[in-house]
Amino acid sequence: MTIGLVPLESGGYSPPGTHDFEFGSIWPGVFPDWVNKPLVQALIAFALVALVWYLASRKLKVQPTKRQFAFEYLYEFVRNGIARDILQSEYRRFLPYLLALFFFLLINNWFGQFFLFMFPTFSNIGYAYAFAIMSWFVYVGAGVAKFGFGRFMKQSLIPEGVPGYLLPIVIPLEFLATFITRPVTLALRLFANLFAGHLVVLVFIVGGGFLVTYQDNLFYNFAGGASFIFGLIVMLLELFLGALQAYIFTVLTAQYVSTSIAEAH
Amino acid sequence: MDTTIWVGQAIDLGPLLPHYLSELIAGAVLLLILYVIMRKAVVPAFEKMYEERSSKIEGGMQRAAVAEAKAEAALAQYQDQLSEAREEAAKIREDAKNQSAQILAEARDRAAKESDRILESGRQQLAAERTQLVVELRGEVGGIATSLAGKIVGESLDDDARALRTVDRFLAELEQAGQTR
Repeated sequence: MTIGLVPLESGGYSPPGTHDFEFGSIWPGVFPDWVNKPLVQALIAFALVALVWYLASRKLKVQPTKRQFAFEYLYEFVRNGIARDILQSEYRRFLPYLLALFFFLLINNWFGQFFLFMFPTFSNIGYAYAFAIMSWFVYVGAGVAKFGFGRFMKQSLIPEGVPGYLLPIVIPLEFLATFITRPVTLALRLFANLFAGHLVVLVFIVGGGFLVTYQDNLFYNFAGGASFIFGLIVMLLELFLGALQAYIFTVLTAQYVSTSIAEAH
Repeated sequence: MDTTIWVGQAIDLGPLLPHYLSELIAGAVLLLILYVIMRKAVVPAFEKMYEERSSKIEGGMQRAAVAEAKAEAALAQYQDQLSEAREEAAKIREDAKNQSAQILAEARDRAAKESDRILESGRQQLAAERTQLVVELRGEVGGIATSLAGKIVGESLDDDARALRTVDRFLAELEQAGQTR
């Protein structure tokens, strides 16, 4: 559970790296290795989102209270700002998925800047893969459900107005773009942003910590303090980036669904 | 960098390889459950509230529209009544004008007739009086002439002076008689 400060104990300095994103069991000997910090965070985030939204959705009144007004704002941010904007009349069916996606991502991303957690769950790429795969099933499933498998494949693979002799090139490209690149980029974008962001924070904080405690070198100590401050600023930036990545993931999912269910032009 | 943790991989994917399969499963399952909660509880509750709200607002707007229609109808009715009243007033005025002209004409007519009648009756009276006078005069003149003749005959006809006196006396008597009458 301790991050980064280990190098000081051995006296030398080893820079933060991918090993800072690997966690063992939270209770070695009792739980298996895969019951680790990211899993616990995911569970806590899940419980938080589920509980808060469940409580928020009870006893809704036509004339909102202050609390309800705040939740309506959040709800409408996804409902009107993402779902209805992109999916128009068919937004209602996909709204629950988009809501779950956005708020689960948001809370997990913000865990990177919160006390106790200080680690963004989605910088473990397995979770990002899982979400990308779920979104893949949603947008492919939406297309198949609406048009049937054959017509959906035809619509996604053969763009309108492409001459016949180009089809041997276009079809594989379209297949790659629609069914492979989309989920991979979804997962990698989310993962890489949070991974890199957390790594940058680690570098500033761990490096700063090392320099501040360096003996008999005042310059190193001041540089370490500056590094700490800079690390805090980067953390504020990460707060924004975490929200942004949650938003982008949700918007792109909605966008992919919209292209799947769009009638042929 | 220590990436030898991924034993048995043909390509070293580094951090791009999930550490445990549980990450994938947990991510997918938790998202699925969240989706179900959103779909069964959260979204229906919010959408129902939005529907209620919009129907309430629409109801209010309908009520306002009804009230407005009513007000407009009342205004139209009022204006109808007003114009009717105006028309009636104009008609009454017109009638009165006509009637007054008629009355005036009638009065004038009647006055003309009355004056005619009065003139006629005056004329008739005059005529009657005249004829009466003529008759009276005729009788009287006859009598007078007779008495004059008698008197002239009674006196000596050769005395011119006496005859003249007699005539004068007669005329004076006649004058007296005319004054006393």
